[in-house]
Amino acid sequence: MLRFTKDHEWVSLDGSLATVGITDHAQTALGDVVFVDLPEAGRVVEANESVAVVESVKAASDVYAPLAGRITESNAALSDDPALVNSDPSGAGWFFRMELADVGAFDALLDEAAYAAYVESL
Amino acid sequence: MADSLLQTPLAALHAEYLGRMVPFAGYAMPVQYPGGIMAEHNATRAGATLFDVSHMGQAILEGPGATLALERATPADIDGLRIGRQRYLLLTTEDGGILDDAMCARLGLDRLFLVLNASRKHLDIPRVQSLLPAGVTLTPWPDRALLAVQGPKAAELLPSLAHLPFMGVAETTLLGAEVIATRSGYTGEDGFEISVAADQAEGFARKLLGLGITLAGLGARDSLRLEAGLCLYGQDLDETTSPVEAGLTWTMGKRRRMAGDFPGAERVARDLADGPPRRRVGIAIEGRQPARAGTPIHLPGGEAIGIVTSGGFGPTVNAPVAMGYVPPAQAVDGTPLHLLVRGKPVPARVAPLPFVPHRYIR
Repeated sequence: MLRFTKDHEWVSLDGSLATVGITDHAQTALGDVVFVDLPEAGRVVEANESVAVVESVKAASDVYAPLAGRITESNAALSDDPALVNSDPSGAGWFFRMELADVGAFDALLDEAAYAAYVESL
Repeated sequence: MADSLLQTPLAALHAEYLGRMVPFAGYAMPVQYPGGIMAEHNATRAGATLFDVSHMGQAILEGPGATLALERATPADIDGLRIGRQRYLLLTTEDGGILDDAMCARLGLDRLFLVLNASRKHLDIPRVQSLLPAGVTLTPWPDRALLAVQGPKAAELLPSLAHLPFMGVAETTLLGAEVIATRSGYTGEDGFEISVAADQAEGFARKLLGLGITLAGLGARDSLRLEAGLCLYGQDLDETTSPVEAGLTWTMGKRRRMAGDFPGAERVARDLADGPPRRRVGIAIEGRQPARAGTPIHLPGGEAIGIVTSGGFGPTVNAPVAMGYVPPAQAVDGTPLHLLVRGKPVPARVAPLPFVPHRYIR
């Protein structure tokens, strides 16, 4: 199952474990990613809390926790190869995983059609 | 994009080449094309790229004694500038701050061509005009485009300009257009800045693209100039910065410094005699995380001593690079610093400028 946020993040769910990354639209807008600052495992976060930063050649952008929960893992591969965010934003370029506090809240996020419509409206 | 933004004569070309337009100094300007900043940056270092910098102010200063007249606004030696040569200069305020940095080319005995920052031209023009004696005029030249061709292949692609020395200027015909061309730029590479009539600019630019020159935007221009250690007005220079603090003492002629006959001469003399309270330095950062303009500079584990004025990722050095101001005691190559990026200290060191050696053809 895949959901999206208006901050241009995608969230996939496996049980109560969510994987979060940024969308292809977001990586295109950011341009060449040169550094990603990722959250520590164990950190408890609120929904919409800034938890990561993605730096392109030009600018820094915040990445938010899409839902409340506890960070379980960050993508160590991004430290060595931050350009994975550009080349494979919805796969190898994932940012972090988190145990959701309320799995039910996942369904309130945008589905693929709603996100596509949102991007279209920008 | 707000309708109130001004457009350059190449607006249609930018749209055709899918330039991502952003507001800059009141103009809609391409920050990048689909290839991206990194590719445009690397293409400039390896080949030749075309930047539209038509937002910059162009003006002609002319009349009897034009060179001495301009010296009323700047500490640069303009009277000693040879015909056919260009010089980088600072316009100074009465307080000894920097009103703008600019280029001045001497086209004739009493005829100067000025290129001013887009964000400052509305201040520069009346300021210089107010200082001119009768008979000398400064006339804005708004119906002109300015195109920069930058990179090590620029001269071989434009062989009719290859005779120009670094910082030379020629009024000539190029690819069928009447142009003013200087051998200069803002990337640290060899190249030319070419002024052409606005109504000829698009056709002229298409001919440049036909030679194999590719488009590059403001994003690459910024990363290139930062690696080259070149100042950006509004970030590294402003009305509070003195020429000495900025490390731009070399732009002030010796005759002018001795005479002290320019706006702000008292502060310049004081900074030269006593040393300035702060100096612009290069900053090399450990790791991969860029520190942007506004980042506080601290002593390691200690107090704040300065601020980053330009910072980003340098594609050629493949590392984050920055410039900023620190007290003279810390303005020594190798001095360890901490940059406070989003509240976390990032180790850094004062580093010599430029980060990438200039490759001007002298």
